[in-house]
Amino acid sequence: MTPTYRTLLAALTAVGALVSLTACGAGSGSSGAGHASSGTYTFWDPYPQFDASSPWGKRVAGCGTRAGVKVARTAYDTTDLGNKALLAAQQGNAPDVMLVDNPVVSTLVEAGILNKTGDLGLDTTSVQKNIIGAGTIDGSAYGVPIGANTLALYYNKKILSAAGVTPASIKDWNSLTAALKKVKAAGKKGITFSAISTEEGSFQFLPWFWGAGGDLTKLNSARGVAALSLWKQWVDAGYAPKDVIQNTQTTSWQEFATGTYAFGENGTWQLGNAEKAGFDHGILNIPAREGGSAPVPTGGEFVTVPVQKDTSRYDVSKKIVECLTSDASLLPTDTTLMYVAPTAAVQAAQVKQNPKLKPWVAAVAAARGRTSGGLGTKYPTISQPLWTAVQSALSGGKSPQAALDTAQAGAGKN
Amino acid sequence: MTGRPMTIARADRPRRRTPAPVQASGAGRLSPQRRLRRRSRLTALAFVAPLIAYLAAFYVYPLYRNLDLSLRDYTVRSFVAGDAPFSGWDNVRKVLDDPTFAPALRHTMVFTFVSIAFQYVIGLGLAVFFNRHFRLSGVLRALFLIPWLLPLIVSASTWSWMFNSESGVVNYFLHFFGVDPVGWLTSPDWALTSVIIANIWIGIPFNLVILYSGLQNIPAELYEAAALDGANTWQVFRRITFPLLRPVSAITLLLGLVYTLKVFDLIWIMTKGGPGDSSSTLATWSYQLGFGTLLPKFGPGAAVGNLLILIALAFGLLHIRVQRRLEA
Repeated sequence: MTPTYRTLLAALTAVGALVSLTACGAGSGSSGAGHASSGTYTFWDPYPQFDASSPWGKRVAGCGTRAGVKVARTAYDTTDLGNKALLAAQQGNAPDVMLVDNPVVSTLVEAGILNKTGDLGLDTTSVQKNIIGAGTIDGSAYGVPIGANTLALYYNKKILSAAGVTPASIKDWNSLTAALKKVKAAGKKGITFSAISTEEGSFQFLPWFWGAGGDLTKLNSARGVAALSLWKQWVDAGYAPKDVIQNTQTTSWQEFATGTYAFGENGTWQLGNAEKAGFDHGILNIPAREGGSAPVPTGGEFVTVPVQKDTSRYDVSKKIVECLTSDASLLPTDTTLMYVAPTAAVQAAQVKQNPKLKPWVAAVAAARGRTSGGLGTKYPTISQPLWTAVQSALSGGKSPQAALDTAQAGAGKN
Repeated sequence: MTGRPMTIARADRPRRRTPAPVQASGAGRLSPQRRLRRRSRLTALAFVAPLIAYLAAFYVYPLYRNLDLSLRDYTVRSFVAGDAPFSGWDNVRKVLDDPTFAPALRHTMVFTFVSIAFQYVIGLGLAVFFNRHFRLSGVLRALFLIPWLLPLIVSASTWSWMFNSESGVVNYFLHFFGVDPVGWLTSPDWALTSVIIANIWIGIPFNLVILYSGLQNIPAELYEAAALDGANTWQVFRRITFPLLRPVSAITLLLGLVYTLKVFDLIWIMTKGGPGDSSSTLATWSYQLGFGTLLPKFGPGAAVGNLLILIALAFGLLHIRVQRRLEA
């Protein structure tokens, strides 16, 4: 009999342990991770590449210390962060301060989980209008940009000169296509970009779409079709590789960095890698269809303060945000991230420090927010059909017109 | 958690009365016997309790949440606030009317059945081959397990590099035979084929291992008898190996079905369901709806997930029926 009791007791202990574990889990869930101790403030960002010992990690910790609290920082993959934030808000344990990619801001605002910067008493007057535009909904800003980035064309100087192309001659789409033709004739590869079926694909397509005068609310207009036809023409003629539809911006960069491509469409953040690539490179603003610079989409993150039950926490959160977005902090932060600062004063300091940033500052000044212009949460429902259209046109499944017709039919539907 | 004090009380009671049943059982009186029966029932219950708690926490609740998600009209706002209105079959109807649905269902079926067929045939061939016990057969068999041991992110990324239309080793190899480069992952005509090839490779070890262990259970005397009767290799396979392997085959195929139906990671890593939706299955589509865009559509995503569960459940029930019939 005794063994039976012993096993019975063991089983019961196990149940007890399991139940108390569940109880524990439920307890911490309801009280919220951010409130585990009032001296600890939770902080989320999409920079998993920076650990606690990195300059960014130290700056976040330092801003906490200055505000008199301890900051518990968690870094998520950028595509993950939006959903993680929604789930956390649903569970009532959103972080105190959160850095999110700019097009996500409108979604989070729609979910009602972000505070207006005005309500918190944060000053955003020095921030460039087009940069804060992506985080502005119905006239109110819901975050402070930490920095901005955008797209331009990197080119390989050696390949262009071997093919007899002068970068200055590239002013519009025709001259760019002519340059690609010469490069191909010289036995090199033309251009690489990212047309993957994620937000990155839409981000990379937008300069061409907008450069043709396209309108996101009418994807299948003749202008939109012209932009997609340009990309398709490049892929069909072999000026761009077929695998662009699988390329992320990182893999596209890796292709360019092999030194066999004349052009690569990529972002400010690759500038550091460009120096290490081992060949001479230059930067060209993406040309519009009929000449001039095409409007490019703004990239970059916003510092936001999610809604908390305990509103007394906002004071400290505000101090942390102010610390991170102060001019003194923006300069080193944006240097680390290879971003363009959101304020004119810091931009001037950046260019002084690194003259190579000058074309990027100009590009950012001409950039547009993807969710700006009243699109807000409509943007995601447009972006997804758009990248699908790019995919089906470039893979040869559909003509650009048919692909964009389908996209327009699906756009805006929830 | 109300369960805890109750179970503790139960634990205390029998301990105090330990000696009683031991003496009583010999005497054959009624009430202690009943007590004994009750105690054994309690013991049984206590043993089952952890399992029930586990099932409730990790199976019932997530399934319930998924069902709930699919029956409500969730927007990001109502998801956070938790006040989404009940919308009945709206999400399911939306999903069924979606132009992506028919291709996704078709791709799921093609992906599943073609994968299974090749995995089984190749796995069976290898199992019979390794059953002969030649030198180094153990080492070779272990090598064949590699696809199973590798993390899926590694094998899927490797396949996607090999299939790369510009610099992939597969196209490089074809080049030697004068074959033009194939857009394995970039052409809508090839994408589904490519992910199926990768999935077959990954699934072979599973079939190999199970079928091999099934072969071990076939008595050697039968083969000896067949050899005496002068049966050739094909006859031995047709008349002995295959029929005696039938129960194991049925289980292998059905388990494979359930596993393959829900394959998501491999396809997502290699093609993300693209180009367009030429390799999207119900699993990738569900993820795409729920998490693939900046504005999640939890309701329709959950509805697709439920459809997938229903299909898997149908095959699961079939599995149980087949197993029961085999055991009977």
